[in-house]
Amino acid sequence: MGAFLEVSNLHAAYGLTRVLHGISFAMQEGTITTLLGANGAGKTTTLRALCAMVTTQGEIRFAGQRIDKRATEDIVRLGIAHVPDGRGTFVNLSTEENLRLGAYVRRDRDHIEADLERVYGYFPRLRERRAQQAGTLSGGEQQMLAVSRALMLRPKLMLLDEPSFGLAPLIVKELFGILRTVNEKEHVSMLVVEQNAAMALDLADHAYVIETGRVVLSGTAAEIKRDDNVRRSYLGY
Amino acid sequence: MTRRQLIPIAALLLAACALPLVVSDYRVFQFNLVLVYAIALLGLNLLTGYNGQISLGHGAFYAIGAYCAAILMDKYGVPYWATLPVAGAVCLLAGFLFGLPALRLEGLYLALATFALGVSLPALLKYHHLERWTGGVQGIVIAKPDPPFGLPINADQWLYYFTLAVAIVMFLLAWNLLRGRVGRALVAIRDNHIATEAMGVNIAIYKSLAFGVSAMYTGVAGALGAIAIQYVAPDSFNIFLSLVFLIGIVIGGLASISGAIYGALFIQFVPNVADEISKAAPWAIFGIFLIGFVYLMPMGIAGAVRMAVAWLQRKAQNSRRPT
Amino acid sequence: MDALLHQVLAGLATGGIYASLALALVMIYQATHLVNFAQGELAMFATYFAWSLINAGVPYWPAFFLTVIFAFVLGVVIERVIIRPVENAPVLAVVVVFIALLVILNSVTGWIYSYTIKTFPSPFPAEPIFGKYMSAHEAGAIGVTLVVLLLLFAFFRFTPLGLAMRAAAQNPDSARLVGIRVGWMLALGWGLAAAIGGVAGMMVAPIVYLDPNMMGGVLLYAFAAALVGGIDNPGGAVLGGFMVGVLENVLGAFVIGNELKLAVALVLIIGVLVVKPSGFFGKVFVTRV
Repeated sequence: MGAFLEVSNLHAAYGLTRVLHGISFAMQEGTITTLLGANGAGKTTTLRALCAMVTTQGEIRFAGQRIDKRATEDIVRLGIAHVPDGRGTFVNLSTEENLRLGAYVRRDRDHIEADLERVYGYFPRLRERRAQQAGTLSGGEQQMLAVSRALMLRPKLMLLDEPSFGLAPLIVKELFGILRTVNEKEHVSMLVVEQNAAMALDLADHAYVIETGRVVLSGTAAEIKRDDNVRRSYLGY
Repeated sequence: MTRRQLIPIAALLLAACALPLVVSDYRVFQFNLVLVYAIALLGLNLLTGYNGQISLGHGAFYAIGAYCAAILMDKYGVPYWATLPVAGAVCLLAGFLFGLPALRLEGLYLALATFALGVSLPALLKYHHLERWTGGVQGIVIAKPDPPFGLPINADQWLYYFTLAVAIVMFLLAWNLLRGRVGRALVAIRDNHIATEAMGVNIAIYKSLAFGVSAMYTGVAGALGAIAIQYVAPDSFNIFLSLVFLIGIVIGGLASISGAIYGALFIQFVPNVADEISKAAPWAIFGIFLIGFVYLMPMGIAGAVRMAVAWLQRKAQNSRRPT
Repeated sequence: MDALLHQVLAGLATGGIYASLALALVMIYQATHLVNFAQGELAMFATYFAWSLINAGVPYWPAFFLTVIFAFVLGVVIERVIIRPVENAPVLAVVVVFIALLVILNSVTGWIYSYTIKTFPSPFPAEPIFGKYMSAHEAGAIGVTLVVLLLLFAFFRFTPLGLAMRAAAQNPDSARLVGIRVGWMLALGWGLAAAIGGVAGMMVAPIVYLDPNMMGGVLLYAFAAALVGGIDNPGGAVLGGFMVGVLENVLGAFVIGNELKLAVALVLIIGVLVVKPSGFFGKVFVTRV
């Protein structure tokens, strides 16, 4: 049996501009893995490739099945929830409507209400603003909303694209804490793309460093955190 | 223009001149209308094909030109040839005036505004306060002009030659306009008006003038058409007239002078043939051809001809190459 | 005073029809940023279908509902087959396709049914109610319009599918990320718009009589209503529809005469486009360079 998520020799391009040059990595079930690297390294493109939002060559396997030739809407139905960069909030709909949309593909209507309660439990501020138009929420609240919307899918795998972007460090800590909890209690695997390497390495179990569309380094988060050379050369701190 | 291009054009002109002498009077009348439509289509193509401003209401300018000619001839006894400059001037002004507010409208919105104009036109023409001039619902009947200087041809043939002469002049004018700086500016505005504006081109003037000149062409065509048909009435200038012009330039070929001729032949003769099948058939055919051309031949007949010519030239070159 | 009231009420009745059609236009515009020039012909074609059913002996209301279903399916099919290939094409190509659709629907109807004018029955009694102010059909048309609008509102506001359609229209990328099949949402939107158009056509046909060109003027008023209300604002479109209906009737009866009523629509359209393109209730769009 192969890994939970397996990416083999993935190439991706925007028009004529190649961004991924044969990226390969794998994830075990139940873990949090982080993809690190500088701006433009191809981290966001990797996540988008997983959801078939860019054209790719190469193989992507999820729970043993190939998903690289499928449509985004079908990949979602396999249990992969993507929290995109920029959050992808439906700004003209209410907070609660955004959350309900997260559960759009689910058949078990009765459990959705329970999940809604659970999500409000993680993020009480969302409950306060449940009827409010989502576009009027603050940056931090919209990030919580985006994560919650993904949780409403009851995903097996969550893809998070720069969840710390534009947020105050305290809020990032709070958010990452909740992500840890969700991972442990609900066994949701997570693939987190981050520029904030320090906080990402605290959250994750494993890490890959990407540079110009290729994996240049991999290891457990602890190893990479300990290695001063790596930190200075690739992660800038 | 190269020597190579001159030859087919000369041949075409020769054929056009010889035509009335060999076909029946009714055919002469039909080809007269082809020339009229060609001028109208050239006008619309200037605006929509070259300059990217979509007009679904150009029938309005055709109508204005037609009524100008009819009113001048019927109410004021103006000779037929003198109505053309008047129709042209009135439509130039009308087009320019319409083009000014239209400056703020892009693509779809301009199409919408001109569509509204085209739909409401017959109602406007029937307005009873204008009846003294427009003749109301019954319209105006005008007399067919006689050939001058006692030439040994009949009225239909004379009208054809007259229209041919006007058409040649107007096509030459357009060709000259489009191959120079003005033509390049129009196309640049169509393709990327923000960049063009940033380069210092006065978009407002070009776009309004494009509207004006385009309306002028279609207005002159309208006058010629009224003289040929000898009748104007509101219901012949409904939205379908505007749509038939659009169909003509799409099928003939956008942004192409020869396209105006192909298009005119198409819109004049397809209904003739299709009418045999049923009254509804011409428009069904127009619609199907439109969709077909958009998907399969977006460059129109003119584009297809260009491709065919290029293909033939390549074959000729290849066969001359040593193996 | 009596006459004014009569015109206002009649205006509300036709206004309801404009409101329905305007709503259909706005629904398609919101989802695709395209103006459906063929909306009127779609409605007309559906109304002729109803006429066929009624002519064949089908009672009015069953024919009504069958027509609504027919129109819905037709809208879905047209979106999937004809519109989808040109969704992202240049504006001129899209406009041409819409015009082609308009022309084909118009001519096919003329071919199947001939161009002679036909009468279309009203399900409402012939005697005027409310005294001389309003015919039963006018009152009925308002009623039907309101029911349709209420049903639509409830659908979009309270059902998961309606929510998904709103999401797909506003943000197709995010919609895909929650598993919504955006393409089918568009087709559904077209189906609904066509169905609404069919209802509008069946309400207006008893008044203007059935003929392939009957929706031309109505479409123009609907465009005016949609623009006045803001082309991306469904509520505005509805309000705009009633406003335009009343305005048309009152101006036509007392100020400019019946012949120039269509000019009211023309002036409104051009006026709104030039002065306030976002309409009275809409939002302004900024295009990125």
